[in-house]
Amino acid sequence: MSLSATTTPPARLDPPGRPKPPRSRAGRFGRLDLKASPYLYIAPFFIVFGVFGAYPLLRTLWMSFHKWDLVNEPTLGSTWIGLDNYKALLSDDYFWNATYNTVGMFLMATVPQLLLALFLANILNRPLQAKTFFRLTVLVPNATSVAAVAIVFGTLFQRDFGVVNWVLSLFGVDAIDWHINQLTHWTAISTMVDWRWTGYNTLILLAGMQAIPRDIYESASIDGANAWKQFWSITLPMLRPTFLFVTVVSIVGGLQLFTEPLLFNNGSILGGSRRESQTLVMYMYENSIENTAKAGYGAAVAWALFLLIMVAAVGNFLLVRKTVK
Amino acid sequence: MSSSSARLWRASPLTYIAIAAVGLLSVYPFYYMFVIATRSLDAINDTPPPFTPGSAFFDNFGRVLDKPDVNFVTGLVNSVIVSSVVTLSVVLTSTLAGFAFAKLRFKGRDALLFTILVTMMIPTQLGIIPLWGMMIDLDWYDSLLAVIVPFLTSAFGVFMMRQYASSAVSDELIEAARVDGCSTLRIFWNVVLPAVRPAAGVLALLTFMEQWNSFLWPRAVLTPENPTLQVSLGFISSGYYTDYSMVFAATAVATLPLVVVFIVFGRQIIGGIMEGAIKA
Repeated sequence: MSLSATTTPPARLDPPGRPKPPRSRAGRFGRLDLKASPYLYIAPFFIVFGVFGAYPLLRTLWMSFHKWDLVNEPTLGSTWIGLDNYKALLSDDYFWNATYNTVGMFLMATVPQLLLALFLANILNRPLQAKTFFRLTVLVPNATSVAAVAIVFGTLFQRDFGVVNWVLSLFGVDAIDWHINQLTHWTAISTMVDWRWTGYNTLILLAGMQAIPRDIYESASIDGANAWKQFWSITLPMLRPTFLFVTVVSIVGGLQLFTEPLLFNNGSILGGSRRESQTLVMYMYENSIENTAKAGYGAAVAWALFLLIMVAAVGNFLLVRKTVK
Repeated sequence: MSSSSARLWRASPLTYIAIAAVGLLSVYPFYYMFVIATRSLDAINDTPPPFTPGSAFFDNFGRVLDKPDVNFVTGLVNSVIVSSVVTLSVVLTSTLAGFAFAKLRFKGRDALLFTILVTMMIPTQLGIIPLWGMMIDLDWYDSLLAVIVPFLTSAFGVFMMRQYASSAVSDELIEAARVDGCSTLRIFWNVVLPAVRPAAGVLALLTFMEQWNSFLWPRAVLTPENPTLQVSLGFISSGYYTDYSMVFAATAVATLPLVVVFIVFGRQIIGGIMEGAIKA
């Protein structure tokens, strides 16, 4: 797909010299058409997003200040309790456990993933044979469903006949029960996430790298800068906007982890017998859809997660801006 | 190119080894799925693990169909319906809105476009609690409406089509059509749509894949009696069945259509993802 097929510049807000639309033929209808059409065309998005996106999000905030029964609310009503749900969260061990799991698995999955993606993008940025083929192979995991990934990896990480333990046994490692503690849970689940998303991030970073003009590298190598130095002083700084995009998308998506831990634990919303890998979205789900009488509390979990995501995204923005100068 | 930079850009054998290793790791889980799905049940216990496919696939898949509580066929039909309807709607509404944002002048355009950009960053999944309540109130629980209607439009789609239409549709053509007395809708149909077809195709592929794979929301609003394919898979794999060959046969059938689409249209999908990243 090429965007350079046409040389027409992007739309300007107010192009000079544009002729006034003719009013002879269409007359009144023509004017109405010009005025109303744009709004008609964009209306579907704003209506659907307003009703099913923005409104539920705000209503979640409203619910979080109530004792709220999701199913019986119309008949039983709800009770305003102010910040009580949030106060309860602060002393709720399960909530902190879910927060710890969410942040822990996010870091465990995302940091190696982005480093590997950076490395792979740097490789794919060279003139390779069979370039498209390699791009396809790294991206193909992204075409599978999370459910399928969780099923296949659940088996790969099986204790007695899983392929992972078999490979480890070749190096003399005893069979590991991947369901035994928090660390093993996290490792297995992070592996699934990385398998599915590394290729996607590689391609995004690669796109960013290809937008860097080649002649900058040319002049740097004339000045005697080696490949490593060029990567640090040209590629990384110029990749900053793309890197920011990739990290924000990873934060928003990664902190909402749900399906992988759910299916790794055979569909249990608790995330293991001792909640070893229960994430915040799972805890939200447990306290609302699985237990409709506690929906107000679940809504507070949702907004706590919302705040966590916002803080992480903004913090990441400042960090990336500062470190990569 | 100077000799030193030529050396810098050349790919060494080591490069190929590294990329081939990553490629193998990417493909192996698919291959493993295929192997287990085509072998008899006892193969999964083998040490070393089985590496070659067998011939028991139809046997295994037959057992999927024999389990009435899995509702695999219902799931398959539902997934096709949901993914197709949503894809059609997202492509149509995104193309219309993208055209309006790129080529039409109206009050509040820039502010509204900015709103769309912001909504792309909002984790709307966090609104599922009241959304779920809404489905109960509307009596949409256990109905496909619940997994279709909230997804009929997409902020990402609008933005993507807006970016593409900005450069792919010529202002002169639109002006000429206006002088000829075309209505805006005819301009959209005759001028804009043909020009943005490549991007619309990529958007259709990405939307279809996303809908086909969706899990959290369908699981919340559909019952195991009337599932989508992924919900049905989640149910099969929830530990109730220990027949791995059967579970993997179901997983393979649910995954293969997507992998085929991916291989056939891979070049376009890659192009779409990479263009999107640069534009955003």
